Amino acid sequence: MYNFNNLYEPTSVEEALHLKKEHPQALWLAGGSDILIKIREGKLAHCDLINIYCLEELRGICLEDDGSILIRPLTSFTDVSMHPLIKQHVPVLGEAVDQIGGPQVRNIGTIGGNICNGVTSADSATTLKAYDAVLEIASLDGIRLLPYAEFNLGPGKVDLREGELLCGIRIAKESYENTSGHYIKYAMRKAMDIATLGCSVNVRLSSDKKHIDRLRIAFGVAAPTPIRSTTAEKHAQGHELNEELLEQVAAGALADVSPRTSWRASKEFRLQLVKEMARRTTKAAVEKAGGTING
Amino acid sequence: MANKDIHCIVNGKERVFSVDVRSSLSDMLRGKAGLDSIKHGCDVGECGACTVLIDGRPFNSCIYMAIWAEGKTILTLEGLSDTKGAISDIQQAFIDEGAVQCGFCTPGFIMASIPIIEKDSPSSREEIRRQISGNLCRCTGYEHIVDAIEKTQKKRIEQKKG
Repeated sequence: MYNFNNLYEPTSVEEALHLKKEHPQALWLAGGSDILIKIREGKLAHCDLINIYCLEELRGICLEDDGSILIRPLTSFTDVSMHPLIKQHVPVLGEAVDQIGGPQVRNIGTIGGNICNGVTSADSATTLKAYDAVLEIASLDGIRLLPYAEFNLGPGKVDLREGELLCGIRIAKESYENTSGHYIKYAMRKAMDIATLGCSVNVRLSSDKKHIDRLRIAFGVAAPTPIRSTTAEKHAQGHELNEELLEQVAAGALADVSPRTSWRASKEFRLQLVKEMARRTTKAAVEKAGGTING
Repeated sequence: MANKDIHCIVNGKERVFSVDVRSSLSDMLRGKAGLDSIKHGCDVGECGACTVLIDGRPFNSCIYMAIWAEGKTILTLEGLSDTKGAISDIQQAFIDEGAVQCGFCTPGFIMASIPIIEKDSPSSREEIRRQISGNLCRCTGYEHIVDAIEKTQKKRIEQKKG
């Protein structure tokens, strides 16, 4: 038995938003793989919940008329990784969420829950940051579009204002077209573990596949929130595909990160991981795009 | 707290359970349906001992709200036996391969392995390990569990080729 006080069960997003207005203290319950556990631990005991898990309108992935990919927030990690649109256009997102927990957790955990928790280790967050995802946030006043880059306000804090609910995650066509991405999760175990550090890179190469046309790189657990490294991206812009590129990306990444010491790893170790993973992830993304380093 | 009627199919039978809305699926299936193969292990989705299949996919029933089971098709270890109560090939393989020691984790492992043994092409041992990576066993060291799953999958594929 879960120790919560009240449970509200809306049958539509609109009803959910009305319930949230009436009960602003109530928490959104998506897959529950964080909230139900915090209730068990006592941290969220006696809370009120609004059960949105059964709202099918918040589940699924589709291609919009403008070519952007729209991921509804309750889509499970398993469904994200298996979806043909993700496999075709942003396979790295599927590969990243496929490294979360184990099969059971990936069946219940949702991509929206993953980013709304606001933790820096969220495996989907780095790739969504690196692809300039845009969030659709609903309230009774309508829909607000917010770049995911501006969503994280601090550890566990996101820009969801009173009465708001995440209802979509968009990746624009211009953002995913002709890109190849790679994600590396460094953790102590191969499964059921939280990242010590995560790095997601995607590249678009010049037509002759000799230079970087655009590189985007994001890290998890390298700062209080998932972050992009704009310095590394500037260093890579137009760069030839060679060892120097990897050095420049790693140096740029080190300039932007601010990892801390936690029980999982020290700050020094994380800095070493940032440097090495920036290199390796960039190399893998370039190779996936058909380029070769020092080719 | 209010009770609610939950309609679902459990091990092939249509059932209705009147549950406290605060119940987990494991509370409902153990407490109301007497399906004791579901173990309350960690209760926080770490150990996999409470694994059941919901619409064919493995879930930790300890972190699944009972109310979410409305309209779902659920399979537990008890549903693997035939109508006469004879155990299934995967259960027999766990016995034959010595994949059971204390036995507490066994139902969860078997349920997590169902999607693998139903595949049409053979899985590597690495793939099998990945599919059971949400389940913990503190006795066997996993090797015999992987053996049992690998052999059952192979046998089923051969049977299908017939």
